[in-house]
Amino acid sequence: MEELDPHIEGNGNSLTVEEAIANLQQKEDLGQRYYAAWWLGRFRVNSPEAIEALLEALEDEEDRAPDGGYPLRRNAARALGKLGERRAVPPLMRCLQFPDFYVREAAAQALEMLGDKSCIPALRCLLAGGVAAATQVPGKPHLVQPYEAVIEALGTLGAKGAIEEIEPFLEHSFPKVQYAAARAMYQLTGNGVYGEILVRALGGEELHLRRSALIDLGAIGYLPAAEAIAETLAENSLKLISLKGLLESSLEGNCNETLTLLPESKNILKLMDSLL
Amino acid sequence: MIVADSTQKLIEAVEKADSAEGLLDAVEALSAARDEAAIPTLIEVLRFNNPGAAVAAVEGLIDLQEVAVPHLLQQIDDYNYGARAWAIRALAGIGDPAALDILLKAASTDFSLSVRRAAARGLGNIRWLLLDSQKAFLAQSEVLDTLLLVCQDGEWVVRYAAVVGLESLANTFADSRFDLMDKILQQCQEMLQGDPELVVRARIKMALEQL
Repeated sequence: MEELDPHIEGNGNSLTVEEAIANLQQKEDLGQRYYAAWWLGRFRVNSPEAIEALLEALEDEEDRAPDGGYPLRRNAARALGKLGERRAVPPLMRCLQFPDFYVREAAAQALEMLGDKSCIPALRCLLAGGVAAATQVPGKPHLVQPYEAVIEALGTLGAKGAIEEIEPFLEHSFPKVQYAAARAMYQLTGNGVYGEILVRALGGEELHLRRSALIDLGAIGYLPAAEAIAETLAENSLKLISLKGLLESSLEGNCNETLTLLPESKNILKLMDSLL
Repeated sequence: MIVADSTQKLIEAVEKADSAEGLLDAVEALSAARDEAAIPTLIEVLRFNNPGAAVAAVEGLIDLQEVAVPHLLQQIDDYNYGARAWAIRALAGIGDPAALDILLKAASTDFSLSVRRAAARGLGNIRWLLLDSQKAFLAQSEVLDTLLLVCQDGEWVVRYAAVVGLESLANTFADSRFDLMDKILQQCQEMLQGDPELVVRARIKMALEQL
């Protein structure tokens, strides 16, 4: 599994903000536009000019993949998710109806990160037809909709009204969709039954699914999973990220001035020490 | 090297393993043999991109202590950063001062955050009694300077490891190095106020409670 080392990305730091925005706005070099969209998100450039350029890129018609997809739109959506600008919410909601699956997926993930509840109805639309409609697209590795991203977003956004739509996805044939449903159900109900589904997934046969469960448990900060996370057969880097999520959840409501560590927080820190 | 038949069989089992789970079992068995002859095979396992087996191999190497160190230093993988991180982790667990140079360099300059993380933790784990006291005195200052530098790393997990390194370094001093203890406490206080990551501040808090 690749690490997120910025150095691997080559000379990413050598662009200036102005250059990146200019690269995104020119129309000749598609590679540079694509890279600039990523770069603005990666380095959290949320100036009005950057936002404007990314919103424009979200409507781009030039950059087309061999499969008919829209690579630049995907990158622009991902970047907008990282920049915390509410102005991006309506355009991203429109992206949820776009024909390119990966644009819809990137938009759902971006809307999750932006945290604006006004997109909940638009996200729920993508669950129409329930599990029966959630079939694989012939010849593609993915389903008809980006169910994982949509369900995870609904969980993070606290869409309690969607509980009945999400629950059946616990039985979907794709394990990652099941995990997304368990994660969202835990966030929406606080019921440990759903956390335990993810704990069991840590003992699964396939490494990529164990990794997925680690990320989900970190995201929901399910404290009873701490030991199981530390013992999972996966990279320490990922287990540390997962435990960081638990630690943060164990300290919720604790302000920095009076940082007090309860035994459960200390237990998580000791597990993290053992993984360094 | 003369390899005992029993160890040879365990080595072959590792080489022949054809599933992730089979490999894990074979590496655990080979590690449990605690035989010096297993070292090259255990180091080879670190390159396999099988985290479970790598954990077992690292534990086996740490159990073998100093005899594993020359092999680890010699076979360190400059190209595969995953393997390098595991090897550094083994050296960190053994704590032999012979690995000091490589740990100092890795903690502050390696491009892979897993390597920097493992090395920073290892710098706190050096068994100073294996060095004569004058060499130890100089090396401790160098380790502290490097860890203070690593506390500025851009990655939270590396800063976290540096804090753990500082804490264990402080514990190895006992009462001998008040000069360095002062610097460690000062660094911790600064980071408790200034580090952007809650998890790092929490780890500092835990360190300060017992220093």
